[in-house]
Amino acid sequence: MRVRGLWLEAAFWLVLAAGFVLWPSRLPLASQVLIAGLFALSYDLILGYAGILSLGHAAYFGVGAYSAGLLAAHGWGEPISGLIAAGLLAALAGLITSPLVVRGTDLTRLMITTGLGLLLFELANRLGAITGGVDGLQGVEVQPLFGALRFDIYGRTAYGYVLAVVFVLFLAARRLVRSPFGLSLRGIRGNPARMRAIGCRVDLHLAAVYTFSAACAGVAGALLTQTTQFVGLDVLSFGRSAELLVMLIVGGAGLLYGGFIGAAVFMIAHHYLSSLDPVYWQFWLGAGLVLIVLVGRDGILGLGHRVLGVRRRRAGPAP
Amino acid sequence: MSSTLRTEGLSKRFGDFHALDGVTMQLPRGARHAVIGPNGAGKTTLINLLTGTVRATAGEVYIGSERVTSLRPEQRVRRGLVRTFQINSLFPELTVLESVLLATCQRTGAALDAWRGLDARAQEFQAARATLRLLKLEGVADVRTRDLAYGEQRLLEIALALACRPRILLLDEPAAGVPRRESVALFEAIAGLPGDLTVLFIEHDMDLVFRFAQRITVLVGGAILTEGTPQEIAGDARVKQIYLGRAA
Repeated sequence: MRVRGLWLEAAFWLVLAAGFVLWPSRLPLASQVLIAGLFALSYDLILGYAGILSLGHAAYFGVGAYSAGLLAAHGWGEPISGLIAAGLLAALAGLITSPLVVRGTDLTRLMITTGLGLLLFELANRLGAITGGVDGLQGVEVQPLFGALRFDIYGRTAYGYVLAVVFVLFLAARRLVRSPFGLSLRGIRGNPARMRAIGCRVDLHLAAVYTFSAACAGVAGALLTQTTQFVGLDVLSFGRSAELLVMLIVGGAGLLYGGFIGAAVFMIAHHYLSSLDPVYWQFWLGAGLVLIVLVGRDGILGLGHRVLGVRRRRAGPAP
Repeated sequence: MSSTLRTEGLSKRFGDFHALDGVTMQLPRGARHAVIGPNGAGKTTLINLLTGTVRATAGEVYIGSERVTSLRPEQRVRRGLVRTFQINSLFPELTVLESVLLATCQRTGAALDAWRGLDARAQEFQAARATLRLLKLEGVADVRTRDLAYGEQRLLEIALALACRPRILLLDEPAAGVPRRESVALFEAIAGLPGDLTVLFIEHDMDLVFRFAQRITVLVGGAILTEGTPQEIAGDARVKQIYLGRAA
């Protein structure tokens, strides 16, 4: 089963790598899907694995997006260092806000994360002199990758760059969820009270994963800025957080790849439905989402697992 | 003999209601100590106060010579004070092995390792399997907890606690809801635990209490009525009258 799983994983990434050939005219959309997939992966770490329900995760996406944008607009256009700086700043934002989020129950967390998201949105709106306010941040100029590869109009450099970054962070997330720390997160999601009774520092675990998740969300935001060379207030919007939740539920939470599947389905459906029915496209999108969740309780990936008889990866026999 | 667990005047009030009132007791190393009493006597409150799940209104708790009254539950666990629950508190989606591995990793500190895979944790796997063997659960190691028989779930409750390598084990009605024959087997498993482990247990089944306890504390209305050996308790007129409902 594990060997088959590895083959499926390899196939997934090989298909994405072959995107230059398979969908050469859709590379900008594919980049956006990958960025949304990374953002959904960051959310999966806290919701799917640790059980932290949030409606404000766009805050960290926005911190990353604005950090990368402001750096590039003020002369620090080197993409990789800008990306790392944006990720670290988002991680710092996650670390600072984590004590507010990790305590309490689902409803408390929902309110606090929604509040934090709205707070940052209005702060960015209010600080128009720095962020550009409703007009968005102007003058974002990203330098060529490694000093040689320009971000071209066809999106080839952007796609390769985004795919590489997403792959590296995916590997890190994969290691995390398959580590003893990841097992502890699953324990916390299932029964936090019992975790305390076996000596687990629940708040510490949750703060750690929340910080890492914020860093990943920040990198996703920074990738969006760097590949589009623009940042608007919508990166911090409540709608982005809500869409994120929808993407993950549609794809399947707690399954690592669910975010990518959900992001792809959501964004591609959004793209095609809005061109087919420019006025009422949200009706069809809504109907499709309801149907998907009704048919597959654990999202598309969960449904696929059930059909193929695949069970969640478990701790195997003693080595 | 020095005590591993000691309380001094431990009390808990909920408004005007005294759930526990000035309980002082001490358990030597390796004790098999039962706490009995009618419903509402304060037995589970005692365990909640000992583990720190509920804060005491007054009094102190000591593990060895260390005062732990102000420590959080997880800090007390790291000092060797571990409990089980009256109503199963398990991880339904994890397998039996994963559950015990989870507890083992908390003890060894591996739980904070976010980089090395679980497969690389041979030491933790061995310890988890040894715990399962001790409670004869190795045959269901790969069964999901929610699919276990109820009696096996009660054993897993104890396995989770044992995986923490406790010095003091608090068992809150370990045989609750378990059929008679299985509950004897369960208590035989408890009796077979390492001799240096201090065990405090709450149990309603008097046959089990008198068979497995070395000493018994009787709680009534939140206060200690009496304490002694099973023979002393069985012969105590107040216990018969107040707790067992019979005149002396």
